[in-house]
Amino acid sequence: MKSDTEKLKNSNLTVALAGNPNVGKSTVFNALTGMRQHTGNWAGKTVANASGTFTHKSIDFTLVDIPGTYSLMASSPDEEAAREFICFGQPDCIIVVLDATCLERNLNLALQILEVNKKAVICVNLLDEATKKGIQIDLDELSLYLGVPVVGTAARSGEGLEELKDAVFDVATEKRKVFGTKIKYNSNLEKAVTKLENIIEDSKLFDDKTFSYLSKRFLALRLIDCDKKLDNSIKEYFNFSLIENQTINKAVTKIHEEFETIGLKQDDTRDIIVEGIVAKAREIYAHCTCLCDKCYSRRDRKLDKILTSKLTGIPIMLLLFGIIFYITISGANYPSELLSMAFSKVQEWLYGLFDLLHSPPFLKGLLIDGMFKTLSWVVAVMLPPMAIFFPLFTLLEDFGYLPRVAFNMDRFFAKSGTSGKQSLTMLMGFGCNACGVTGCRIIESPRERIIATVTNNFVPCNGRFPTLIAIITMFFAAGISLPFRSLVSAGLLLTVIVFGVVVTLLVSKLLSATLLKGLPSSFTLELPPYRRPQICKTIVHSLLDRTVFVLLRAMCVAAPAGIVIWLMSNIMINGESLCVIISNFLQPLGSLMGLDGVILLAFILGFPANEIVVPIIIMIYTASGTLVEYDSLSSLYNLFVENGWTWVTALCTMIFSLMHFPCSTTCLTIYKETKSLKWTLLSFILPTILGILLCMAINAVFFWV
Amino acid sequence: MNTKTISLDSLSVGDSGFVSKLLSKGELRRRMLDLGLVKGTYVESLMKSPVGGLTAYFISGAVIAIRPEDARYILINKQQ
Ligand SMILES: Nc1nc2c(ncn2[C@@H]2O[C@H](COP(=O)(O)OP(=O)(O)OP(=O)(O)O)[C@@H](O)[C@H]2O)c(=O)[nH]1
Ligand SMILES: [Mg+2]
Repeated sequence: MKSDTEKLKNSNLTVALAGNPNVGKSTVFNALTGMRQHTGNWAGKTVANASGTFTHKSIDFTLVDIPGTYSLMASSPDEEAAREFICFGQPDCIIVVLDATCLERNLNLALQILEVNKKAVICVNLLDEATKKGIQIDLDELSLYLGVPVVGTAARSGEGLEELKDAVFDVATEKRKVFGTKIKYNSNLEKAVTKLENIIEDSKLFDDKTFSYLSKRFLALRLIDCDKKLDNSIKEYFNFSLIENQTINKAVTKIHEEFETIGLKQDDTRDIIVEGIVAKAREIYAHCTCLCDKCYSRRDRKLDKILTSKLTGIPIMLLLFGIIFYITISGANYPSELLSMAFSKVQEWLYGLFDLLHSPPFLKGLLIDGMFKTLSWVVAVMLPPMAIFFPLFTLLEDFGYLPRVAFNMDRFFAKSGTSGKQSLTMLMGFGCNACGVTGCRIIESPRERIIATVTNNFVPCNGRFPTLIAIITMFFAAGISLPFRSLVSAGLLLTVIVFGVVVTLLVSKLLSATLLKGLPSSFTLELPPYRRPQICKTIVHSLLDRTVFVLLRAMCVAAPAGIVIWLMSNIMINGESLCVIISNFLQPLGSLMGLDGVILLAFILGFPANEIVVPIIIMIYTASGTLVEYDSLSSLYNLFVENGWTWVTALCTMIFSLMHFPCSTTCLTIYKETKSLKWTLLSFILPTILGILLCMAINAVFFWV
Repeated sequence: MNTKTISLDSLSVGDSGFVSKLLSKGELRRRMLDLGLVKGTYVESLMKSPVGGLTAYFISGAVIAIRPEDARYILINKQQ
């Protein structure tokens, strides 16, 4: 963590963006730097620091977007990252972003940050929303109370950002003096803090200018509060310890003894501290805001009544996802065919070109039959569904629906002994399991975090989505007349997803009862206000950022993979190609599982990216080792049937696609996040074994029936 | 005004009250304090998850969902 924090800090002036979760920090970050950090209407979207730059009045600033946190007494890894940077990142200025519609709670954190480092600018964001809700905030009064500049913004529409930059410039370059504010605690604590503060000051530990910004009062408070983590961090960053200092240690012990005699226990001290903060926040809130409409969240409550009620909550949730799948499937059909037609034209043209250049057949095979065909399959089959699914999903995310899913589903996770936030990490897994795994940082308890990490793979990522869709369309929905075909496909896809969720819950329960024994720990889930998504912006951004990014990644794997597979099917040993030899070897296991050797081989070769599984199957089936003229799903269907596929094969392929080892990127991410080979291995082996067993069971049942 | 002290998880939807005491210790207590739940904080029960369990409360300007296992440790003076 230290290296993370230090990397971000170099020569120019450093500005940190801190605040509660979901207040628009990343939105401010994007507006100032012109970058495209992901934003979303739920707490926990950003889980790692990110930095960017902007220039104002010819000074270069490095802006650091940090994860949201409720307090500086951190608990989950994302919150710890936030606290580390605020305390030890040596920022020249901290922008504390506050949610104007929820100022009271937001002020708690602002006060804590000012207690650490008063070189700050308060940015009261979401002013547009506050105005709509009839909340008026006196920014000048707020500035007087807090002793630092206060700027009102509506970051999404870019309002107030110039003023924000001006204020940051003034504070960071010390052109404007900041005073900060002092929280008064009750007399016992106040006396102790003042005493300890002076002792720390006298110790001269902090005379070096690099860390002189850290307020001694804050350190004293944390010491009295027995915050061991903070001292460890100080050791890590500054190479000395407060607790190991004789005088300080003695003073702290004495304070604790004195507290003991008047009956104050450790929890009481913490209470007194927080009560002091909350009281101050309330006082400021009462003086600076005016609610014109007491029931400002009426509309949200009405929507919640529909989206989370006993009767309609779950059906609407299923319906919403069903609709998204339906739009994705039916919308992707036509563009997919168009793309494949276009690619086969290009391919003919390429053949002609290679002939014209008298290139050796080897090269022609390798580049066109191997690389180009795999690439074009991936693009034609992946691009359309992704380009439709991502924007739709992002709209749902921006609207604020994802935390409601977690709210609706929590009971099941509680029963599995895990955190309700696991639903959020699963939803992230829809896009990409590696992102889902990183997202697990929002879960506080290490035990529950590992469970969420290990099981994330049971949610099909976008690399597996198109495979599932293609198989469903070919084998299970083909006989249905056209207008209903997509509807049935969407329904079946939804069933597969629900099955994945059920497996996740069962495996989580299993892990909770065995390897990762324990009771669910406490957690709180914030349900943000519903926000009207910016439809055009969302569509453009998710197309440009996510779709193109994921597609490029898939293509980077597909191109070399195409070459490798072409080589494997054309390098002959004793008259048999390498592909055939290996798939023959895998055949017994494959047929036990209702698959065949080729399908298994494809899954193994698809380890770098799940996207290439189907093109590999196709390429091996067509004996020459190249793809057929793929212009429609029906020709693909014929190819599969010729190679012995039945609907049981199709079913088992889908099951195994849902339940097998995660792709290489995800495995790497799991290792990075858990820093444990054991959990990485478990994440690899567990789904694979389950998948193999389930496929065998299905196959056995249908074999005997 | 009449008040009655009950634990937060037994506050029915639509009712409200003020926090009177936190019974929890350690981590859980810290998390509650983080949200601004101290003595005297106004809390209103808004809705229950469709399958039960998690309940959403209005706490200092935000909507926060808490499991009953955790809410049990928060005592409140219910407003009649
Ligand atoms: N109406 C309105 N919405 C905003 C404004 N600023 C941000 N939002 C929306 O608020 C939501 C949260 O924004 P983010 O920038 O992701 O919030 P964050 O503080 O980075 O959140 P975490 O990373 O989870 O801590 C997004 O849906 C934004 O589109 C604003 O000024 N007005
Ligand atoms: Mg963010």
